[in-house]
Amino acid sequence: MATTAEGFDIHHGDGHHAHDHADHKPGFFARWFMSTNHKDIGTMYLIFAIIAGIVGGAISGIMRVELAEPGIQYLQWWAQFMGGGNDLNTALHMWNVFITAHGLIMVFFMVMPAMIGGFGNWFVPLMIGAPDMAFPRMNNVSFWLTVAGFFSLLFSLFVPGGTGPGAGTGWTVYAPLSTKGSVGPAVDFAIFSLHLAGAGSILGATNFITTIFNMRAPGMTLHKMPLFVWSVLVTAFLLLLALPVLAAAITMLLTDRNFGTTFFDPAGGGDPVLYQHLFWFFGHPEVYIMILPGFGMISQIVATFSRKPVFGYLGMAYAMVLIGVVGFIVWAHHMYTVGLDVNTKMYFTAATMVIAVPTGVKIFSWIATMWGGSLSFKSPMVWSLGFIFLFTVGGVTGVVLANGGIDDNLHDTYYVVAHFHYVLSMGAVFSMFAGFYYWFPKMSGRMHSELLSHIHFWTFFVGVNVIFFPQHFLGMQGMPRRYPDYAEAYHFWHQISTYGYYIMAGSMIFFFVNILYSLLAGKKAEANPWGEGATTLEWTLPSPPPYHQFETLPVITDANDYHDHRPATA
Amino acid sequence: MGQRHTRMKKAILAAVAAGLAAFAPLSVVAQDAAPVAAPATTAAEAGRVEGAQTAPGPEALPGNLTPAEASAAPAGEGLYSPMAPTKGKGMPTAYEDDAIKSLTFQDQYSANGEYALWMHDAILLPVITIISLLVLGLLLYVAVRFNRRANPVASRTTHNTLIEVVWTIVPVIILVIIAVPSITLLARQYEPAPADAVTIKATGYQWYWGYSYPDHGDFEVVSNMLDEAEALKRGEPHQLAVDNRMVVPAGVPLRIQTTASDVIHAFAVPSLWFKMDAVPGRLNERMLTIKEPGVYYGQCSELCGARHAYMPIVVEALPPAQFAAWVRAQGGEMPGAGDAPAAPTAAPVEAGPSTGAAAAPETQPAT
Repeated sequence: MATTAEGFDIHHGDGHHAHDHADHKPGFFARWFMSTNHKDIGTMYLIFAIIAGIVGGAISGIMRVELAEPGIQYLQWWAQFMGGGNDLNTALHMWNVFITAHGLIMVFFMVMPAMIGGFGNWFVPLMIGAPDMAFPRMNNVSFWLTVAGFFSLLFSLFVPGGTGPGAGTGWTVYAPLSTKGSVGPAVDFAIFSLHLAGAGSILGATNFITTIFNMRAPGMTLHKMPLFVWSVLVTAFLLLLALPVLAAAITMLLTDRNFGTTFFDPAGGGDPVLYQHLFWFFGHPEVYIMILPGFGMISQIVATFSRKPVFGYLGMAYAMVLIGVVGFIVWAHHMYTVGLDVNTKMYFTAATMVIAVPTGVKIFSWIATMWGGSLSFKSPMVWSLGFIFLFTVGGVTGVVLANGGIDDNLHDTYYVVAHFHYVLSMGAVFSMFAGFYYWFPKMSGRMHSELLSHIHFWTFFVGVNVIFFPQHFLGMQGMPRRYPDYAEAYHFWHQISTYGYYIMAGSMIFFFVNILYSLLAGKKAEANPWGEGATTLEWTLPSPPPYHQFETLPVITDANDYHDHRPATA
Repeated sequence: MGQRHTRMKKAILAAVAAGLAAFAPLSVVAQDAAPVAAPATTAAEAGRVEGAQTAPGPEALPGNLTPAEASAAPAGEGLYSPMAPTKGKGMPTAYEDDAIKSLTFQDQYSANGEYALWMHDAILLPVITIISLLVLGLLLYVAVRFNRRANPVASRTTHNTLIEVVWTIVPVIILVIIAVPSITLLARQYEPAPADAVTIKATGYQWYWGYSYPDHGDFEVVSNMLDEAEALKRGEPHQLAVDNRMVVPAGVPLRIQTTASDVIHAFAVPSLWFKMDAVPGRLNERMLTIKEPGVYYGQCSELCGARHAYMPIVVEALPPAQFAAWVRAQGGEMPGAGDAPAAPTAAPVEAGPSTGAAAAPETQPAT
């Protein structure tokens, strides 16, 4: 290793004998509530995402249990539990509150905090050889805004929102259901929750862009950055450009609701469809925001466990850039049935299908990275393999839905539900588990159990497929989304889907047991537990890394080799 | 230098112009098919519906008859009783009844539906299946062939221009192949309805549908879901059956218009490959031709509040003669038959939704 690497090894490599300032940690309150340390903030984001994931996952359990049989079984009980009335309309409103909360929690308070806040905060500075994020205090503001947003959303569950407590608008918050159609403060609190989470994300995005552009170690050119850093960079730009549009749209909702404006009300010259255009101008980039960091993690992991550099590095990086750019000009494919004219629909059909090309480049490049490699099937790798296959399945149903004429039948059915859960519950979530098992030893300093991780993988894999594959059938048969009740003909596949949920929920036990086991009794992790394939800078640091790292910057000298991201071996 | 610059500019402009020209025919189609006024509709419905709906309110209609009463009282030849549905036609199929049919689309009863179904079954489904299996196969192959025991020393290959070009170009070709029928399908779906098409305006309310027939005296049929016991009594699938159906003639072009009076709803019938949002303040329009008589079930497909799941749609297609009889039984007039009165003599409007929803189907301003 180069001299700089030895430099920080002398400081931190041999434990805590030297009480130098690098490992000096503030007291508990200052450390966790006034944090400016990217690793601590990353850890808090991950814990927050796990808690939000438990809440969002529990809500999906309530929904799947209700849907196991036709008719309304448990909603009345839940409505009373949440403080609502005993009538059917309140129970049915409760259903809409569940679908809304599930969507918002999973998108804004589980996937985004885990991917960008958690792994992004932890590993972007480490991978580019930076001591911390560019704006450490703003980083803390981002986190606590997200937490405040979550509480605002939870609070909305306990105030009136129509025929019962809570916001029952769907995560899309379409007007006029969200304006005249939802009386009471619940929707205002849900909107405010998005404002807070959105502001947190915009600050976070600014922070990542500044960090990546200005704080790379000497010699770490853009074309030498690890692909995970590339993915976070592209994601940050998507956040920065998309979220202000959402903020504007939901602010207009607020003024329509409370201050007599009519942006989305035809009686005053407004247009409900305008809201949908604004929402999806944000909403489509949002789905790439949720998956791009996953792409980055999968690239790191596949290369590490194949002991082989990523195939077509530049193609991989620019495929993400292209996905990000094209992601901004396809939004109306979420609105095919709203009454677009034929030219618009043809354009959005064609543009949407274009996205399949860079996505295909990524899938094939991951396979080519493994081709000729020396593969070891450690837990991060099996999750990555699962990701590649299941994301492909979710991707190809996206090609079906891209066709505006075909979508006329599938729009707002369970086919769409199956599609976006294949790319998110299996795409984004599999990549998060892959990343979690990949970096858990680095973050905690402890090894997790490979056995438990593998059991977790296989049971989760079976569970989610049993949940979501039959939903394609339901959708093609015409089962609409967001229904608590359905015709008898849909019973069988709904029941299978619910069995899948039980398997999936059971598999999460292995995940939590694994975390507990490794934190309490796990083997101490080496600096680099994954061997020669792990070529990024975080593996040159001890596990866990010192409280402050890279006080002497590593110098990456070999600018031509953009596959090894460490200081060159001289 | 300057001259070359100008020439380049000209070339670019020419290319842009050619590109625009290629789209010109499509623009014409779009104008024809844009969701604007249909010739047969009343002036108030032209373009966007702003202000009051044209559906007649109960107060304007002396001597209200429910459709059930209307059909019970024989009005000349207009003897109408709801058609019994055919199992497996126009409705979802249970796994227990036909496992294979429960896995795919409902059978289609419109020309565009048949074309779309063909496109899915013959092009999309094979393509996506092959791609998924190809990726799965490659993953399994590398897992077996290149695992650490089989291949202890990894290669350092990082580039292969040929294969990178191939896996960029081949997907492009596949997508172009998909795009051809896809664009064709869209063009067909947006064909404007002929002037003599039968106009039916579906209005979404929280939480029921109203169907008005502006060409036939502008009466409105209010359609509420039947409760389970009543649906089963009538031999219909519960959750899908309604009291008063949207009755239309089979085999002739229909001009379906949708709008809503409160929040956004969506008018959807899977077996006709038809789905169109009902948006307040907007009148969407699409042509639909149902190939044969039958009962076709659908459901509201845009989240519209608490009872979103309880406002199904039933389209009953009848031979044109029977449709005319039904129209007369509703107190309507066939266009061109006799001296068409300016206002309908009697239109049935049911006073209260049978599901017990609080809303009454009176005239409401389009919000």
